[in-house]
Amino acid sequence: MATSFITLLENLRETRVWKSIFWRGPALTNRTRSLAVFGNLFLHWLPVKVREKSLRVRAAYYLGSLSFLLFLILVITGVLLMFYYHPAAPNAYRDMKDLRFVVSNGVFLRNMHRIGAHLMVLLVFWHMFHVFYRGGYKPPHEFNWVVGVILLMVTLFLSYTGYLLPWDQLAFWAVTVGTNIISAMPLIGSKVRFVALGGNIVGENALLRFYVLHVVILPLLAFLLIGVHFWRVQKDGGLTVRSKDDDGKN
Amino acid sequence: MTEKTKIETGFSSDAKKEPRRIVFITRNTSAKVKDERGPKIMTYPHVLVREAIVLEVLIIAMVLVALFWDAPLEQLANPLLTPNPAKAPWYFLGLQELLHFFPPFVAGILIPTLVVIGLIVIPYFHVNVEGKPLWSQNASKRFGMVLGVTVALLIVLAIFDAWTMIVPTVVVLGLLVAANYSKATAGWMGGLRQKPLSWWVMTWFIATALCLTVVGTFFRGPGWSWVWPWGTHAG
Repeated sequence: MATSFITLLENLRETRVWKSIFWRGPALTNRTRSLAVFGNLFLHWLPVKVREKSLRVRAAYYLGSLSFLLFLILVITGVLLMFYYHPAAPNAYRDMKDLRFVVSNGVFLRNMHRIGAHLMVLLVFWHMFHVFYRGGYKPPHEFNWVVGVILLMVTLFLSYTGYLLPWDQLAFWAVTVGTNIISAMPLIGSKVRFVALGGNIVGENALLRFYVLHVVILPLLAFLLIGVHFWRVQKDGGLTVRSKDDDGKN
Repeated sequence: MTEKTKIETGFSSDAKKEPRRIVFITRNTSAKVKDERGPKIMTYPHVLVREAIVLEVLIIAMVLVALFWDAPLEQLANPLLTPNPAKAPWYFLGLQELLHFFPPFVAGILIPTLVVIGLIVIPYFHVNVEGKPLWSQNASKRFGMVLGVTVALLIVLAIFDAWTMIVPTVVVLGLLVAANYSKATAGWMGGLRQKPLSWWVMTWFIATALCLTVVGTFFRGPGWSWVWPWGTHAG
């Protein structure tokens, strides 16, 4: 069974259709494997070769990869949730009830999005601290560290704007508590808060603003910055590898 | 005679004239550290296979949690009914805990701004790129300075009764003092003695943030009073 599947895959790679899509058949030499990476739009921001050490689990626990993959999972589950959601009060709350009682697997979908969001915040923090302790911010990686700090803030804002969307007591008061802090800003505090909420209280305008930030502006910004972040890893000469790494082996 | 053999040198190519760092040599090491980073392997297929496995493990773990834990949903939002306590999402509860001790401007604006600026400028401090231990030279002077700054910080925290910051600060300071007077060269204490100042600052920051967040999440009840997470105060 397994061998026949592999044979099938090998035969598929020899077909004209496969070659028309990927320009070439199976990548069996290092040259064609390199071409497979930088000749592919979705892979070209990866380096063609990486240090074997940087792939060891204990080198970074794949924290960066996990953060990025969580972002993808959150985009997919988030888009599915958008099919069932109206950013209006109190419709938003009714949609939550619909997700629970009407939509097939609605609870599961929402759970996945919620878990993913918490996990992403957690892992992005962990990723940053881990990079710090490994000295991954040192030259020539200085600017990529800064991009990472901005990505952390984008992640926090993404999570925070999403927190309001269910429009239940938990969401409403969490956002009320958070946005009250903005008022403490000297001189412009109340103005900034007004802009953030589209009014003086957390109401329907705030819900709409948070929704637009959550589903359009912040994901686009995150996507852009993730692109820069990955691209810089490659251009700065790969992931940080310490001379004596991690498993105690060299 | 010497006039004729004088050789002029200069750049005739358009190669980069800016000097570019090729290797970073830390003290007591040789230039070959670059080569000790080990062999390279092809991204296709080795990285892609690993990423696929990571994705699968992640999705399986998330599905398992999603099957047995439900995302919370409370009553419809009601501006007239304030829950006590009203809590922000967990990652902001450290800040909310700070708000309990400090004026809103300090806890809500000043400290977060300083933290973000602090994080951004980390790589631009070239004071100790080599990551030399805090005690590699001028041991007693440096220890005195760190001790002085920390004690001053503790006094400020004590004025504001911010004991959820005092506890982790004292713990990290205790480790630092222990490492200072220890003679160990191996084991975890020996490792601790090798840490640079930046390590101590970041560890203190993480310990404090963690303590504030955990207390804010699990140990705060009505009126931000202290409750035990297993207590029956809720409601």
